[in-house]
Amino acid sequence: MRSFLSILRRDLKLSYRQGSAISLSLSFFVIVIVLFPLGVGPELNILSRISAGVIWVGALLACLLTLDRIFQADYEDGSLDLLVLGPLPLEMLILSKVCAHWVSSVLPLIIISPILALSMNMNLAGIWVMVLALLIGTPTLSLIGTIGAALTVGMRRGGVLLSLLVLPLYIPVLIFGVAAVEAATAVLPVTSHLLLLSGISLGAVVVGPVAAAAALRLTFD
Amino acid sequence: MSLSVEKLVCIRSDHLVFEDVSFDVSAGEALWVRGKNGAGKSSLLRICATLLKPVQGDMKWLGESCFEDPDSYRSQFLYVGHQDALKSALTVAENLNFWAQYRGDGTIDHALSEFELDPLRETPTGLLSAGQKKRVNLARLLIIKTPLWILDEPFSSLDQSYIDLVKNQMDRHLEEGGTILYSTHQPLSLSSSSSLDLDSMVSQ
Repeated sequence: MRSFLSILRRDLKLSYRQGSAISLSLSFFVIVIVLFPLGVGPELNILSRISAGVIWVGALLACLLTLDRIFQADYEDGSLDLLVLGPLPLEMLILSKVCAHWVSSVLPLIIISPILALSMNMNLAGIWVMVLALLIGTPTLSLIGTIGAALTVGMRRGGVLLSLLVLPLYIPVLIFGVAAVEAATAVLPVTSHLLLLSGISLGAVVVGPVAAAAALRLTFD
Repeated sequence: MSLSVEKLVCIRSDHLVFEDVSFDVSAGEALWVRGKNGAGKSSLLRICATLLKPVQGDMKWLGESCFEDPDSYRSQFLYVGHQDALKSALTVAENLNFWAQYRGDGTIDHALSEFELDPLRETPTGLLSAGQKKRVNLARLLIIKTPLWILDEPFSSLDQSYIDLVKNQMDRHLEEGGTILYSTHQPLSLSSSSSLDLDSMVSQ
């Protein structure tokens, strides 16, 4: 547990000190969302109809930008060798890095999303459910993403391959995340969608670290 | 014999690096792994640190196979590689504190003063010279006490006075009953050291 927390603390401290990664993905997210009203036109009906999908897709893409750094930096400076040799099982090591990634790179996106939703003319009920759905669903993005990051660690241009590997796996989260928000704006029950989202997240907590650990072991053979 | 290695074969991307490498090192002994560039010194040390799997061969620590129970073996050694494993945004003390907490209990003060790093304590490691980084990296050896040290080129980018300092630390570790595997191009006189020449084991 102590080792788990020490990695979490170090990764958070690092991403705070090297703020560029957070601000980059955050401004990417904002710009992508702001482009839509400009591209689609200022019709409020159309904007509010596409708002849920646009914000979720924006969040997926912004999350993707920071995924490759989960292991790459540690791999390049040799820290990964020493982390693997430490007392923590590889699965727990990965889980603590995923927690750090979610807090440092995804949580800021969720915090800023209500403002962006307002700019897309989403109603208040929709915004509440969207924030809730993002909180429940985005851990899956980090967890699945870490599998891709573990597979592409050590590749020179792994970023594009990482997107191709990971984005198709994000589809279920996207479908249920958007469905929850659309149900809320239409004043329909949202619990079933949110429960499905949490089911996916819980599944990813189990599968993600194990699969990523298996992928990471490949790089050490 | 604390560490005994039998008939290791290492193949990397279809190229035979070395075969039939066997050696024994006892407590209080050091083994100098020698060889030309590309002879497989780093590969051998990475195999001994379980970071690379040999194609064939076995390795035993105190009679127990290291590949069958890697976790208990991994708590027995520290590996210092070519790379510094330091985060440039963190200070020297923060970097070392992290490794101390990650590996369990350890205090960094003793290690900092032994490696003459006290003045650099609050300096971000991104601002350090290569030799200073190397010293920070080597200071991990004194924070977490393990019987086996695996050192890949521990003297690179150190000046003569610090080479002597590291050599003294190695001698002290041997006196305390530790074991050291190291590779270097510097001729070095440790109190008790045998050598393994990889050049004679490479099949052309």
